[in-house]
Amino acid sequence: MRNAFANELTTLASNNDRIVLLSGDIGNRLFDDYKGRYPERFFNCGVAEANMMSMASGMALCGMRPITYTITPFTTARCFEQIKVDVCFHNLPVIIVGIGSGLSYAELGATHHSCDDIALLRILPNMTVICPADSHEVRAALRASLQHNGPVYMRLGKKGEPLVHKEIPDFSIGKGIVVRQGTDVCLMSTGNMLPVAIGAADKLLEKGVAAEVVSFHTVKPLDRELLTRAFSEFDFVVTIEEHGFLGGFGSSIAEWLVKYPTKKATLLCMATSDAFFKEAGKQEYARCHYNLTDNGIAEEVMKAYHRKSADIRMQG
Amino acid sequence: MGINEFEKISRQIRGELVMMSHKTGAAHLGSALSCVDILVAAYWGTLNIDPGNPLQEERDRFILSKGHAASALYAVLAFKGFFSRELLGEYACEGGCLAEHPIPEGVPGLEVATGSLGHGLSLGIGMAIAGRIRKKLYRVFVTISDGECNEGSTWEAAMFAPAQKLENVVAIVDYNKWQATGRSNEVMALVPLREKWESFGWSTYEIDGHNMAELVDLLRNIPDGTGKPVAVIANTIKGKGVSFMEDDNNWHYRIPNKEEVDRALKELELI
Repeated sequence: MRNAFANELTTLASNNDRIVLLSGDIGNRLFDDYKGRYPERFFNCGVAEANMMSMASGMALCGMRPITYTITPFTTARCFEQIKVDVCFHNLPVIIVGIGSGLSYAELGATHHSCDDIALLRILPNMTVICPADSHEVRAALRASLQHNGPVYMRLGKKGEPLVHKEIPDFSIGKGIVVRQGTDVCLMSTGNMLPVAIGAADKLLEKGVAAEVVSFHTVKPLDRELLTRAFSEFDFVVTIEEHGFLGGFGSSIAEWLVKYPTKKATLLCMATSDAFFKEAGKQEYARCHYNLTDNGIAEEVMKAYHRKSADIRMQG
Repeated sequence: MGINEFEKISRQIRGELVMMSHKTGAAHLGSALSCVDILVAAYWGTLNIDPGNPLQEERDRFILSKGHAASALYAVLAFKGFFSRELLGEYACEGGCLAEHPIPEGVPGLEVATGSLGHGLSLGIGMAIAGRIRKKLYRVFVTISDGECNEGSTWEAAMFAPAQKLENVVAIVDYNKWQATGRSNEVMALVPLREKWESFGWSTYEIDGHNMAELVDLLRNIPDGTGKPVAVIANTIKGKGVSFMEDDNNWHYRIPNKEEVDRALKELELI
């Protein structure tokens, strides 16, 4: 995702002289092409994220379209108050890009994990939260974010994630993308979990369950139309995210359900648990630890079906 | 206009601030009185601004990073003609636009909302960089408090601006030696303050922050030709202008009663 981001940004910056990139001393060599072409619009802001975020706001107040870029915990939690006061209170078109989100950098330890960033940023007024699923969605999301006249948080993974889309998809902020049709359950994945969700759909099909799969890239604002349809059509709606349940994507759907009670589908949330990951290990290992795998998801869905049929038998 | 007129405006604004605090019961009067001369020197003495066209792109920017002194900024903007002076009567009133800490786009002439300390200098640096990219040669004046120098982000900004050789940025420290609940140099090791800024790469000046001629003379000469951002350590007195408030930190939170307002206005030669 990060290479697609750097490449797309470099292309877009040639037609938009308001774009300015602020890096928190990260992305070694990644932006060489960008820096070579627009040296006056690149700033290595050092390891000083609070200053970076406020500076981005100052730039936006003077007509620029700043994009901040560093590892997710440091461009979210570390400078949260600057995002709240300077970016969101002023409703400025600053694009905050977090790299290595979720468990992407699992091997670097919990300081570099971000299973709280969706929760943190989506509670801020004026903020839009986008979690692209693959490199194609990264490009589309960046284009859409630059058209959006307000704060955007873009939550990216790392590099080398599998491509789901064959090309850059039609993309609107706040509109989920159905990547597979199904009739029984709806797997709503946000961000880099989409390939896992598709894998889970394959496993479910082997058990006779036809799953629709959605790339629910925008966590804020929610795609209400899609939610309304999904909760009236399917047996289960399953949210899948590489993020904690508390305050995350699944939690935001649960909040939506409080306001718009469902007629049919039951909500299942696949997310990291309320505990730090305190072992060495890469992303795949960490995902297994949290049961965020194709098998894990399929099993949870099947267990939910068994529970449901048991309930029906008891009621009968 | 001469220095005498500027000083007269300062006195009038101080009187206004005392009345505003009394009327609404809003705190931070001492902090507001402390920075009045700095604001008047900037707004009347040097800023390239047009109250009739407050958003013109080439304007100089002024940021009151110590947002708790917002009443001083409101009064300055009103006296300068950005909006009607009658509006000051709505300061801190419910439903009004003059909150105790500024709201974004609250009134014409207000550049940014502040209130949480340690944001303004970084905001100003971002503005200056935007000006450089867009080839607009405005200057950015940021007034911070000495208490604000507690914030780590202030020093992040202090390290960044010299690296970018932002000679059109000036940080004015309203150095009144107090913060909310204590002597600023006792709470944190602030001294030697000028040397700190100097060692961070700023072109530094230490002046009497109530000497209008000195202030105007210095602010008019920014950029100062050194190629560095400028830090002004303005030695000030909290509560300046009202004898019984001067250097008495109770007036960080105290509200003047009617009798105190009358005494203050007499001292300021306004009645």
